[in-house]
Amino acid sequence: MAPFEPAALPELLPVFYRRLFPHGAYGRWLSYGGAVKNYFQLREFSFTLRDDVYLRFQSFGSPQELERELQRINPYKIDIGAVYSHRPNQHNTVHLGAFQPQEKELVFDIDMTDYDDVRTCCSSADICAKCWTLMTIAVRVIDRALVEDLGVRHRLWVYSGRRGVHCWVCDDAVRKWSPALRAATVEYLSLVKGGAETVKKVNLCEPIHPFIRRSVGVVEKYFKAYALVGQDILGSPESWDKVLALVPDEHREPLQSEFPKKRDSVQRWALLKDRMERTRAAAGKGATPCYADWEIMLQYCFPRLDINVSKGVGHLLKSPFSVHPKTGRISVPLDLQRLDQFDPFAVPTISSLCHELDTAGDAGEQEDSGETEPKRRVRDYKKTSLAPYVRLLEQFVEEMERARRGERLRRSDLQGDF
Amino acid sequence: MQFSSAQARGKHLWLSGDRRQLYPHSLQFYLEPPTENISLSEFESLAIDRLKLLKTVENLGVSYVRNSDQYNSKLVSELRKLKFPYKALADDDYEARRKDHISHFILRLAYCQSEELRRWFLQQEMDLFRYRFSQLTDNLMQKFMEHVDLSFEAISEDLKNELASELSTSTPGFTMSKVKEQMFYKVGLADAVDLFRARRVFIKDGFAYVPFKDIVAIVLNNYRAKLSKALALTARSLPSIQSDERLQPLLNHLSHSYIGPDYSVQKSTGKISLEQIDALSVKSFPLCMRQLHKALRDNHHLRHGGRMQYGLFLKGIGLTLEQALEFWKKEFIRGKVDADKFDKGYAYSIRHNYGKEGKRTDYTPYSCMKIIMSNPPSQGDYHGCPFRHSDPELLKQKLQSYKIPPSGITQILDLVKGMHYQLACQKYFELTHDVDDIGFSLNHPNQYFTESQKLLSGGREPKKEVSNSGNTQQKNNSQESMNSNSTPTSSNTTTDAELEGLEAYFTED
Repeated sequence: MAPFEPAALPELLPVFYRRLFPHGAYGRWLSYGGAVKNYFQLREFSFTLRDDVYLRFQSFGSPQELERELQRINPYKIDIGAVYSHRPNQHNTVHLGAFQPQEKELVFDIDMTDYDDVRTCCSSADICAKCWTLMTIAVRVIDRALVEDLGVRHRLWVYSGRRGVHCWVCDDAVRKWSPALRAATVEYLSLVKGGAETVKKVNLCEPIHPFIRRSVGVVEKYFKAYALVGQDILGSPESWDKVLALVPDEHREPLQSEFPKKRDSVQRWALLKDRMERTRAAAGKGATPCYADWEIMLQYCFPRLDINVSKGVGHLLKSPFSVHPKTGRISVPLDLQRLDQFDPFAVPTISSLCHELDTAGDAGEQEDSGETEPKRRVRDYKKTSLAPYVRLLEQFVEEMERARRGERLRRSDLQGDF
Repeated sequence: MQFSSAQARGKHLWLSGDRRQLYPHSLQFYLEPPTENISLSEFESLAIDRLKLLKTVENLGVSYVRNSDQYNSKLVSELRKLKFPYKALADDDYEARRKDHISHFILRLAYCQSEELRRWFLQQEMDLFRYRFSQLTDNLMQKFMEHVDLSFEAISEDLKNELASELSTSTPGFTMSKVKEQMFYKVGLADAVDLFRARRVFIKDGFAYVPFKDIVAIVLNNYRAKLSKALALTARSLPSIQSDERLQPLLNHLSHSYIGPDYSVQKSTGKISLEQIDALSVKSFPLCMRQLHKALRDNHHLRHGGRMQYGLFLKGIGLTLEQALEFWKKEFIRGKVDADKFDKGYAYSIRHNYGKEGKRTDYTPYSCMKIIMSNPPSQGDYHGCPFRHSDPELLKQKLQSYKIPPSGITQILDLVKGMHYQLACQKYFELTHDVDDIGFSLNHPNQYFTESQKLLSGGREPKKEVSNSGNTQQKNNSQESMNSNSTPTSSNTTTDAELEGLEAYFTED
C-alpha cells in the first residue's frame, strides 16, 4: 500500500470526490426515502478545509448539489450534523431562537484513548492489532444492546479512520429522540465509571440486571485471547497486582499467595474465576456472592462511551467515507458478519486508492467523454478496494428502503387501501 | 386562549346537556383551556380559591409526610371547604370539576411569569395531582390513563411468567413472588426514561416492562412535562393578556398572593399604649418587627425601609397618628436628630403613611409576601424578613439569644433552607407561644400580632394535640376530630374581611 502523505491531500481529494466517494448511496441514505419534505435540504454538513478552516451550517438542495459542492470545495473532512427547522445555510436569516435542531441519528463514538488505563501495548493515538480487539468487543456489546434491548434495526458501524469506531443509529423513531432519551441510553450502556483517581471502576451487586449479564457473556468470548494472552494482564506481579486491587480484601490475599505458583495468566485467571464462582454458588449459605471476576472483565474490556457525542441533537460527527486527515484512511463501514477479521491497518487510504485507480488503467483521461457521470463513477470505485465498503453502505440503505416499503404496505393494509 | 376542535366539542356537549361528559374524571391533565364566558368576579374568586388550595398543599407538604393519613385528611377537608373535587367516585361532580379546570388555567396566567413562580406552581400542582391520582381505584386509574393517551398495556400472565426471572433481576425490590403478584406494563422507552437510564427496569425490543408502582411515577412525569411546557408557552403569549386592563392587576396580585385582611381598617385603633410596645415586641411581634423595634431602640434611628415596614405595622396594630408621631420623635431625638429636624422631615412622612399628606392614600401595612419579595435590606438596614434575609448563622444566634430551644431552632433553620420563610415564622410563633400548632396560615405580620394577642388573652384555645380543650369527658376523642373541632374561627373572619377588602387589592401596596 502506498504510504500516505498528508501533504498530498490537495492533489488526492479532487480524485477522491470525483471518482471514489459513493455519492449515490450516500445521498439515498440521507434522503431517507424522501418521505419527509425537505429532510435532505434541512441537514447540516460541516467541511474542514486545509489549514483547519472550518465551515459550519452548510446545506444543499439535493444530493446532486452536495456532490457538485464536494467536488468544487474538496474538503479535508466532512461532518454530518442535525436536520434543522430551517435550511442551515440560511440560519442567519432566521429569528434567533427559532433555528433549532429537530432530528438526527443517534450516534456513538468509541475512542481507544479512553482505554489507556487498561491497555499496556499502546497509548493515546496509537493502536495495534492486539488492542483493536477492544473495539470489536465494544461493537458486539453495544450492538447487542441496541438490537435486543432497545429494539433498534438500522445501525451503521463505521471505522473512524484512526483509533476508534462510530455508530449511526438511523431508525425513523430514534432520529426523533430527545437529548434526554439519548443521554439515558448512554447511561444505560455505561458500566465503567470514574476517572484517573478511581481504582475500581466497576461495582456490581445483586440482583444483576440482564443487560450486565448479557454484556459479560459477550466479553467472556474474547477475554481469554485478548486479556489473558494478548495483554497478559496476570503475567507478572506488577500487572497482577493491578488486577488484584479490584478484588475485595478477603479474596485478594489468598490469591496473591497462590498466583506465583501458577504458570501463566490463563491459569491464574482460572483460579480467580473459580474462587468467585464458588462464592456465588454458596450464596445464601452465609457467603457473600462476589462478582470480582465479572468486574475485572468489564473494567478491562467493557466499552467506554462519550456521553457528549450522543446526547446533543445538534452534535456533529465525522461522516462515513470521510478521509482521516492524519492517517489518510477512509472511514469505512464495518461488516458485522466479519467483525472479528477486521484489520484497521488494511483499510484503504486515499493515496492507496488513487494508486489503484492509476494502476487500473483509465486514469482521469476520459473527462469529457460522452458517457453520463453516474456510470463513470460507479465503474471507478468498483475497480478499487473501496468497493466492498461501498457495498456495505448500499446494503444498509437497501435494508432501510425495504423496511420503509414494508411499513407502507403494512399501513395501507391496515387502512384497507389496495 | 387557543381555540381548537375541543372547543367545538365542548360547546356541543354543553348544549346537549350532558355536561358530565366534559369532565369524565375527577382529575385531568388540563390540556384544553376552558372556553366559556365567566364574569370578572367569578374569575377572581375561582383564582383565589385555587390559590388558597395550593398554599394549603404547600403547607401540608412541608408539615406532613405526603400520603400519610394526616396529610390526606387535611387536604380532603381543604378541598371540600373550597368546593374542589375531592372524591374520585363522585357521581355528579360537575361544578367542582369545572371550578378545578377554570381556576387552574387562571393561575397559569399569573404563575407563568417568572422561573420562581413557575417552579412553585408546578410543585404544588404536581403534589395535588399526585394526591388525586393516588385516590383512584385501579379501574379508574386505567381508564384515566387511557383518557390521556398514556394507555400502557398490561402484559399478559403468560408473557409475565416467561419473563419472570428477568423482571425480577431488573426491577429493584421485586422478588419472583412479587413479580407474580403485581401487574406489569409495556411502556415505550421515552415514557420510562428515568427507570431506563438507571437500569431499574427490564427492557426488550425498545420497550420497558414497568411494574404498577412505577407507572404512577411515569404518569406524574408526563403531567409535569406537559405542564412545564404549557407554562413556558403561556409565558410567551402573556403580553397580549397583560394588555387587558381588567385582568392585569388581578394577575399581578395573585402572583404576589397576599390573600386576606390588609389591616388598613384598624379595629383596635387607640387600644395600644406606647409603654406597652417594648413588652409587646417580645411577646407578640413577629421576628421582623421585633428586630426593627430593637434596632430602633438601640440606634435611635431607622432608615427609610425600616420606617415604612415598622411604621405601617404599628399603624396596623392600632397606633394612632398622634401616638406614632410621639413614638418616633421621642426615639429619634435620643439619637442625632433634633426636634426641629424631626418635625420638618420625618413627621411629614409619618403623616403621609396615615394618609394625611400628599395623595392621602391610607397606606396598608406590608404583607409577608411583600416583605419577603421586595426591597431587600442592605448594610445598615433592619427591615425585610429575617428568615429570608438574615444569614442563617446570625439568625441562629438571635434565636438562641431569645431562648428558643435548640430543636426548635433546627426546625426553623430547615424550613429556611427549604425557602419556606413564612412557615419558619409560624414555627417561631409556635415556639414562642408554646403551642404545637399555630392554627392559622401566616401571611401578614399584623395577623401574627392579632393572633398572638388573642392567644395570650385567652381568646382562643391553645392547640395542643395531647391535652383536652377543657372538657374532660372528651378525652377519648380521636386526634382528628379534636383538631378539626378546634380549628380557629379566624378563617371565617378572614373570608369576611377579604370580601370587604376586595377593593384593597387594587390600591397601593
